[in-house]
Amino acid sequence: MDANIIAAAAINGLLLGGIYTLVASGLTLIYGVLHIINFAHGSMLMLAMFGVFYLLTLLGIDPYLSIFIMVPAMFIFGYLLYKGLIGRLSSGKDENILLLTLGLSILIENLALMFFKGDSRTILVSYSDTMIEVGPAFVPLPKLISFGVAMGLCAALGLFMQRTDTGRAIRAVAKERVGARLVGIDVDRIYAISYGIGLATLGAAASLMMPIFYVSPSVGHVFVLVAFTVVVLGGMGSFLGAVIGGLIIGLTESFGGLFLGESMGQIGISLIFILILLFRPSGLFGAKT
Amino acid sequence: MITTHPLSRRLILQAGAASAVLGAPGMLLAQPKPIKVGLVHPVSGGLAYSGGQSRMGAQMAIDEINAAGGIRAMGGAKLEALLGDSQSRPEVGVSEVERMEQDGVSAYLGCFASGIALPATQAAAKYNTPFLIDVGASDLIVNRGLKNVFRLKPGFGKCVDDAIVALGDINKGAGGVAKTAVLVHEESEFGTGTAKLLAGKLPSINIQPLETIKHANPTRDFSNIALRIKGLKPDLVIMSNYQNEYVLLARTLAQQKVDVAAMFSVLGGGFNYKLVKEQPDVAHYMMDFNHWFNPRNAKAMALKKQVEAKGGLFTFEVYLSYNCIMLYADALQRAATADKEKVIAALASSTWMPELMPYGPTKFVNGQNEGGRGALLQASKTDIDVVAPEQFASTKPVYPRPKM
Repeated sequence: MDANIIAAAAINGLLLGGIYTLVASGLTLIYGVLHIINFAHGSMLMLAMFGVFYLLTLLGIDPYLSIFIMVPAMFIFGYLLYKGLIGRLSSGKDENILLLTLGLSILIENLALMFFKGDSRTILVSYSDTMIEVGPAFVPLPKLISFGVAMGLCAALGLFMQRTDTGRAIRAVAKERVGARLVGIDVDRIYAISYGIGLATLGAAASLMMPIFYVSPSVGHVFVLVAFTVVVLGGMGSFLGAVIGGLIIGLTESFGGLFLGESMGQIGISLIFILILLFRPSGLFGAKT
Repeated sequence: MITTHPLSRRLILQAGAASAVLGAPGMLLAQPKPIKVGLVHPVSGGLAYSGGQSRMGAQMAIDEINAAGGIRAMGGAKLEALLGDSQSRPEVGVSEVERMEQDGVSAYLGCFASGIALPATQAAAKYNTPFLIDVGASDLIVNRGLKNVFRLKPGFGKCVDDAIVALGDINKGAGGVAKTAVLVHEESEFGTGTAKLLAGKLPSINIQPLETIKHANPTRDFSNIALRIKGLKPDLVIMSNYQNEYVLLARTLAQQKVDVAAMFSVLGGGFNYKLVKEQPDVAHYMMDFNHWFNPRNAKAMALKKQVEAKGGLFTFEVYLSYNCIMLYADALQRAATADKEKVIAALASSTWMPELMPYGPTKFVNGQNEGGRGALLQASKTDIDVVAPEQFASTKPVYPRPKM
């Protein structure tokens, strides 16, 4: 096969992986701290994408500028959702949170169907069809921007976790709940903040995805399984894992499509999922239990 | 303390008399039992938009029939919709059929996707309940010898045949500019079946298929497919996919400036007013052979306005479902009963005229209406026009499309 095509497929794969990384980073954060899989992740992403869609269509706010609205809005939504509902109803039991988020996802998706209808929508912005030459590939500008901003945001989130007091508190709670409580950390507040940050990453992901993708009430399903695979591959709760995992999955999908066809190619993602569970259940960067 | 009032004989008599008097008007004006029509559409899941459109079309027809006095031959019996949701999944479609059977359904309408229609019609066949297919392209739906299944619109076999003729004509008219084609299709029964038929028939109009590319549902990125198509340098790209992938693929091909004589589809899932509205530059010059209303029919245009007034789009799901309900009402009127066996016989012998469509009178052969046909459409930046067959066309095709 032509080397140029392989190089172009690699570039496409990396760009796709950047988006997966951002969706997965919120999932891995929520898992790392709350020790639950947030089943509502896909439906929250859908909600955020509709937010971006309506900010553009009703208020004329550019999808990239809407990051500054969607990130705080999703953070507050997540924080309040945890404080008002998930935290209260879970009675401190992980399995309750799991069921609650599952219930939430069903509720949100059906409400979305009721209000937004099953319709899928796309947006058109002036730079939608601007193409940039990256090596042998022609890449739409929105994809490049999405990749760059996604990587930047992941780095910023990583720094936040390493350098700030809140970040340290989150890591402390993730490692040792009781110990964190003993040294005076408000564990419930940290839970709510973590859930909020988890959803805030989706706010950013939604802003970056809308110029290149469509939104419909079921769009969450298109990404959530991939995000789970990224989290499992990178290691549950690991940020670096989410970044590397996202890029690997993006490349796998792209090369799978190139060599096996776009239909069979998606088998690569499931294969990685199974192999990781079999041979390295803690993932590439996950802490061994 | 609780006090009890023992019922006196007088009180019971008074109550009895009162209920007889109050109930009398109801008895005098006794309505015939409503005829229950089960709508088995995917109103949630990946196909939710199309399912919702189908449901809207069916309900509009039911409302119209009821407002006009119901089925006259049955004493003005009203139609009643039993709303089902197949959730875009075949097994749920089947369980909806079973549920509605318990609820006393008289006929079904569905299913949008062939994959759902195949098992759902089979489930209905056990009870010999008539099943009208509004949308569902696979010819297997009517080829299995199920006596209860009727499809008003042409299946993909006939659509492909007619599309090949239409494409052959315009290509010949343009001096045979297109000699090669790449086919891109989704992996389920609809896309695979259509692409297979197309690949087999393209050589008959002097177009050689270079490659057939299959993709999964959902596919998140079409960059690699666009790369392959660019490498193959075809004169035509022919697509068979559902809504979301259709739009993503068309947009990627436009972005990658894949220069072809036409981007053509048969029953293209995403070729509709929404594509034109949201992505006018992508849609511009795209061609599709699909189910379409007759733009020269006043009633069709009035229905279009009615849908648009509600903020909806007049997509093929709407008028196909609408027409199927009208077809069923015609069969009920002639059979003068909702008895399943008699309605099936009435449908089988139907010569109803679906005037909203570019069709002739219905003629069912093994459940397939042979009077149906599709139309060749082309998108402009603001609208969709019928470009063939000529007696229904509103404009001439732009072919080959201008270079990008």
